[in-house]
Amino acid sequence: MSPSEAGAKEAPKYTKKDFESDQDVRWCPGCGDYAILSAVQKTMPDLGIPKEDIVFISGIGCSSRFPYYMNTYGFHTIHGRAPAIATGLRVARPDLKIFVVTGDGDGLSIGGNHMLHVLRRNVNLTILLFNNRIYGLTKGQYSPTSELGKVTKSTPVGSADRPVNPLAFALGCGATFVARTVDRNIPHMDEMLKRAAKHRGTGFIEILQNCNVYNDLAWNVIYDRESKVQHELRLEHGKPLLFGPPDDRRALIMEGVTPKVVRAKDVQGSVLWIHDETNVNAAKLLADLFAPDFPVPIGVLSAVDAPVYEDLILDQEQKAISERGPGDIAKLLTSGDTWKIS
Amino acid sequence: MSQIATPATGVEKSRKALDRAVIRFAGDSGDGMQLTGEQFTTESAWAGNDLATLPNFPAEIRAPAGTLFGVSSFQLQFGSQRVYTPGDRLDCLVAMNPAALKVHLRDLKTGGLLIVNTHAFDKRNLDKAGYAANPLDDPTLAERYRLHKVDMTGLTHEAIKDLPLNTKEKDRTKNFFALGLVSWIYTRPLEPTLAWIEKRFAKNKDIAEANTRVLKAGHAFGETAEIFAEHYAVEPAEMAPGLYRAMTGNRALAWGILAAAQRSKLPVVYGAYPITPASDILHELALHKRFRVRTIQAEDEIAAVTAAIGAAFGGAIGVTASSGPGIALKGEGIGLAVTAELPLVVLNIQRAGPSTGMPTKTEQADLMQALYGRNSEAPVIVLAPATPGDCFYIAYEAVRIAAKYMVPVIVLSDGFLANGSEPWLIPDASTLPPIDIQFRTEREGFFPYLRDPATLARPWVKPGTPGLEHRIGGIEKQDVTGNISYDPENHDHMVRTRAEKVRRAAQEIPPTSINGPATGDLLVVGWGGTYGSITAAVERAQADGKSVASIHLRHLNPLPPDLGHILREYRKVLVPEINSGQLVRVLRAEYLVDAVGFNRVRGLPLASDEIHEAITQLLGSKS
Repeated sequence: MSPSEAGAKEAPKYTKKDFESDQDVRWCPGCGDYAILSAVQKTMPDLGIPKEDIVFISGIGCSSRFPYYMNTYGFHTIHGRAPAIATGLRVARPDLKIFVVTGDGDGLSIGGNHMLHVLRRNVNLTILLFNNRIYGLTKGQYSPTSELGKVTKSTPVGSADRPVNPLAFALGCGATFVARTVDRNIPHMDEMLKRAAKHRGTGFIEILQNCNVYNDLAWNVIYDRESKVQHELRLEHGKPLLFGPPDDRRALIMEGVTPKVVRAKDVQGSVLWIHDETNVNAAKLLADLFAPDFPVPIGVLSAVDAPVYEDLILDQEQKAISERGPGDIAKLLTSGDTWKIS
Repeated sequence: MSQIATPATGVEKSRKALDRAVIRFAGDSGDGMQLTGEQFTTESAWAGNDLATLPNFPAEIRAPAGTLFGVSSFQLQFGSQRVYTPGDRLDCLVAMNPAALKVHLRDLKTGGLLIVNTHAFDKRNLDKAGYAANPLDDPTLAERYRLHKVDMTGLTHEAIKDLPLNTKEKDRTKNFFALGLVSWIYTRPLEPTLAWIEKRFAKNKDIAEANTRVLKAGHAFGETAEIFAEHYAVEPAEMAPGLYRAMTGNRALAWGILAAAQRSKLPVVYGAYPITPASDILHELALHKRFRVRTIQAEDEIAAVTAAIGAAFGGAIGVTASSGPGIALKGEGIGLAVTAELPLVVLNIQRAGPSTGMPTKTEQADLMQALYGRNSEAPVIVLAPATPGDCFYIAYEAVRIAAKYMVPVIVLSDGFLANGSEPWLIPDASTLPPIDIQFRTEREGFFPYLRDPATLARPWVKPGTPGLEHRIGGIEKQDVTGNISYDPENHDHMVRTRAEKVRRAAQEIPPTSINGPATGDLLVVGWGGTYGSITAAVERAQADGKSVASIHLRHLNPLPPDLGHILREYRKVLVPEINSGQLVRVLRAEYLVDAVGFNRVRGLPLASDEIHEAITQLLGSKS
């Protein structure tokens, strides 16, 4: 067994209630975070991990209040640093199951550097990035995922910053598991959470989340029933990339090296783009697609195997101990050049 | 050192006994001066001398050859008596090129031994060093110093002309000529260097042979050349019996952490971002995985400290290190550890600042940063080692206290201690105090901020402990329950509790040891790497018949409980520091004593001569 394999103990039969803490939830009424919290609490029993072995780590922001509401171990830390804290914890305690809860500001602005490095290192933990395209806790400034020209309190005539795409960023950092889900699609969230949590390495999920106070319906393109039917592209491994209403199905295909939307009935089966989670290059193309010109991909973009950071570190340690025995300070102190004075 | 007699050729060279000597090897960055100095240090340690070293090198990796700023030097003092410092003025200077001569000549005593490599004194190097004419041709140089002009490069080539090495490779061995020559002058054993060469160049027999021959050629040159009339013996020092090794401050810090890992039976997570002069701690710890030390070369200073905090949350020993600029970046993280009440060890290898400052030069100007350099009131324990070897004990103590009080501990080392070396009496590891860490597992009556009545520490709980699931964080918490609280009275109580917890660590501090009379005219108070300079100056003043004592603080927060009493036993208090007056300000504020500072901020250790002068002046002045 790998040194960083969790779950040696058998977990009791839990229900969602076992993961609800005694703290009052303090998000604004109507916030998308409630649905995510509920989905996470509901998913926990299915992981089969004793709850004392589960840790939620967060930074700062609305999303980062999350650990207080989970009846597990939790650490609400400082702005942007949750991935680094979690990396240290993971290296110390590879037996734990660690979730990092962050937002678009926490994870991609002040903590962007740590996000980059936790993803490239492939530390075994699950990152939930709540993307509401706004700064909520500081009351409504634009975020690094806000659209160019966003009018907010800090940008009264529109922001001059081009947005970052979390999925493209994650894939660019070498993330080994990248998925997107939506706060208003509970069953899909459940499925993505389970997939991400079971991935060995860093599981990164962007959760499109609604801030009904400062950026209501930012994701209306996939909230609105009519628009959702038109734009939602469900990614399923081994299945063609098809979307749109039943009477007007569209296909996403490659024309040269460029994705293109065509009428499904106009293309031959052999031309269809079959989704392959292990094809990182394809995932990178999918990550950049969005409405209105393209569909909005939902699901697992990429899931690949790669060496896990703490496995490598602990393997080195185990190798050193098995070859030369555990360290002994008395021996070390007298090693090398010494001389006696009598 | 006595003046040398007029050379009498043809007679056996006499050997004079010296109490001590201060030597500096200086040359280009590429001349191997650090290695030469280190080998000479090892030889002196073998000879049984006490010693102290001062490496000094440019921050540039390969500074342009021959330039003034590219000069690298290594100084050491060795003696048959206790040696506290690398020395102020030089008895002997070895200058491998004109730039080295220009930079270092002013530190050589009048009548001191000056050995130069004439080969490097060509037009190009003279120009680079800014000499209009060759200084070796100036008769006043030989009048003022005992000048020895030696074509080290030429003699080196001659000694190895038959070896299949190219010119550059042959040139590179000339530092061994200098080492051999100076080893002869001061009667140092060559064995340790010969053994080192054999081991270091085991895979390249020609290089090993070349270095060996050149070393011996330098030695033989001293013995046979007509120019050196006598040479010197420095008898072994009277040192406490036992087994010794050479120890640098950075290695001692690393080994102190290893000792703590073994005694506590916990893994260590060491988060670090490379920075001068702290990187060698990371390099050293990375070699010792068998102690369950897991090093993370983090993406930045903030990740380094927060990874250590994450590890501490998981029940491991979290350690991070840096120098001033990096410590500034870690400030918010240290504050998190303060309020989350987690153990954390932060090593600060101070260097000259502000900002980037002079990365390879020493300073002790981060005391205020350690005490106050965080938002709000975020008290931490602050310790400072006095000597390179003391770094071992301080690092061990930092881990022990951090875990006992559930609080961050900042250790203030400095560039001088980090790279400086001393003969170190190897301790019996079994006599180190135990690090007895009890993780809470008992469910009954558990609260995350329930406090130990003696230490005020909250329980340390490892995630994975059934029934003790809890949440902590940076938001103010209600005492005992750990629930989020904005209650005004609770915040006031928590601010005071965090401070009181640090204050209680004073019970860990042993009685302050006083070097000199328990009462008198003057007390000199120091901290950190100035220990040697202060002690040497104070002992000289005592020998002058003055009523002077010194104490050296290893605990800077909390301060020793007996300090206030001690300060009042002397008419005057002098506080020498390599800053503009930081500890002196703390002492004045804390104890209402009229302490005065002695402050020089040059990126160099304080000279004991100048401290001695300050003592003399202060005692001479009427008040």
